Amino acid sequence: MTQVLDKPLELKAPPSPAERTARRRSLLEWIAVHSLGIAAALFFTLPFVFVLLTSLMSDSQALSRDLIPHTWEWDNYRKVFDTPGFLTWWRNTLFYAFLGTALTVISSIPVAYALAKFRFRGRNLALMLVISMMMLPPQVIIIPMYLFWAKQLDLSGSLWPLIIPMAFGDAFSIFLLRQFLTTIPDEYVDAAKVDGCGDLRTLLKVVLPMAKPGIAAVALFQFFYAWNDYFGPQIYASENPGAWTLSYGLESFKGAHHTDWNLTMAATVLVMAPVILVFFFAQKAFVEGVTLTGVKG
Amino acid sequence: MSTYTLRAKHRRSTLRTLAFLSPWLIGFTVFFAYPLVSTVYFSFMRYDGFRPPVWTGTKNWTYVFEHYPLFWPALRNTLWLVVIMVTLRVAFGLGVGLLITKIKTATGVFRTLFYLPYLAPPVAATMAFAFLLNPGTGPVNSLLEKTGLPAPGWFNDPSWSKPALTLLALWGIGDLMVIFMAALLDVPKEQYEAAQLDGATPWQRFRYVTLPNISPIVVFAVVTGVIQTMQYYTQPLIAGKVASGVIQGAGTLFEPGYPDKSTLTLPQLVYNLGFQRFDYGSACVVALVLFALSMAFTALLMRRKGGLIQAGER
Repeated sequence: MTQVLDKPLELKAPPSPAERTARRRSLLEWIAVHSLGIAAALFFTLPFVFVLLTSLMSDSQALSRDLIPHTWEWDNYRKVFDTPGFLTWWRNTLFYAFLGTALTVISSIPVAYALAKFRFRGRNLALMLVISMMMLPPQVIIIPMYLFWAKQLDLSGSLWPLIIPMAFGDAFSIFLLRQFLTTIPDEYVDAAKVDGCGDLRTLLKVVLPMAKPGIAAVALFQFFYAWNDYFGPQIYASENPGAWTLSYGLESFKGAHHTDWNLTMAATVLVMAPVILVFFFAQKAFVEGVTLTGVKG
Repeated sequence: MSTYTLRAKHRRSTLRTLAFLSPWLIGFTVFFAYPLVSTVYFSFMRYDGFRPPVWTGTKNWTYVFEHYPLFWPALRNTLWLVVIMVTLRVAFGLGVGLLITKIKTATGVFRTLFYLPYLAPPVAATMAFAFLLNPGTGPVNSLLEKTGLPAPGWFNDPSWSKPALTLLALWGIGDLMVIFMAALLDVPKEQYEAAQLDGATPWQRFRYVTLPNISPIVVFAVVTGVIQTMQYYTQPLIAGKVASGVIQGAGTLFEPGYPDKSTLTLPQLVYNLGFQRFDYGSACVVALVLFALSMAFTALLMRRKGGLIQAGER
């Protein structure tokens, strides 16, 4: 306390009229920006809040127009887990997401490295083709792909037709990683060469440790892709409920519990929650990845 | 160095490049080039997956364009979404990006809140919105009625179902916000200062300093938005299914694009023709229309100096 009192009070000259209008304007701007910010925050968060509140309502109240639960039915979440199949969907989703992510990362790294650091004829063409693959709606080639996996290899009713292709590089991951690797100066690569490192060793010992944030971003995107995928499981796994994933099963949940909005919303929360949890642990890598796709050339 | 060693060196570097590219070279051939050619091939075949394919010339093509009742509504819906949804998404994403650069209090909290919806799995987000916008029991309409505003039928009304989908798309704007925010922070401060000295109004500063600086990102956002819309599948399908109250596996037939074909998109037709009607040939025709449209937009991207292509030319 005394410390504060010891300090001489700073006396400021009274603000001039011009300064006063400037200050008033900046205050008004501050208020405008923050009111808009709060309005936007409500738009982005209220859906989550309503879903959470409904997931804790009783069956009958979920059909009413009330916004706040009368009694908090935490039991709803247990009921969701008791629904036949729900745990299987979890297992399948985790399997698809983890194995798919691992395969994608392992197979995309060397391709991205070659596209970023090797000089060879047709490099730009290769890059263009990667971008075209990225742009192609999956529905364009789904008929021959389905016939290939289901009729020729007899793998329908499983997630393998979605997992196996990930061992052969994923266009988006290659592109994103390549973007990241171009930001690593060539000098590091050249220095490793001078020291007698082969290509593979240069990649593993020099480039990869520096590329960790890029790899983390690719892994996260791929994980979320598998987690969110609806079309793939619908095509290949729909006939076999034992192979369903959370995203695919969730929709059928609404069917099984036709009017139970409370249970449906509890299941919805349970499908959203892991993604959001992962995000909080890996926020930086994720945001960096999003930026990399759009901004850094 | 003798010619021999030079040639050997060259051959070694070619082999090395091929080795590194090999996963993708296989993937490209097996999972891209081959199926693409097959799609063209099947579009001239009658094939149901059981009997062997029969060459039918352009019959599938005339069927899709002239007799398949869902094709033109789906194409119209896709174009509606490309024009209106993409425009609004880019405008809103830019707006929120600008807003977040101006917020000086608890920026991290605001940014996270704005970003989270982008992460919500599409099926979960659509289920949530189908509930929120449910005309009978949804909280949104009960709030609207309390404030005396009109309460639309949203996913149950053909003229409101696409706006409802647009609202869902605007909710998940997080990725664009981040991209725009990064671009906005990269605009040189000196240019703003110079504009301010010249007495430029805030609008003039936005129009003549901000926009030209971020225009590659705007192009990028538009083109990727259009490509995403070409693939728009899960959200309209789930919204239509949930709103129509179809029960899976109970023998209820789902009306495609409920209500009144208003949420039908081209990717849904590929599924409808191929996996519900087992008319693989006609499904391939729709797939090729989709392919032509996406390639046309990709070509646009290759020509304009967007963010993506700067990367490609480096």
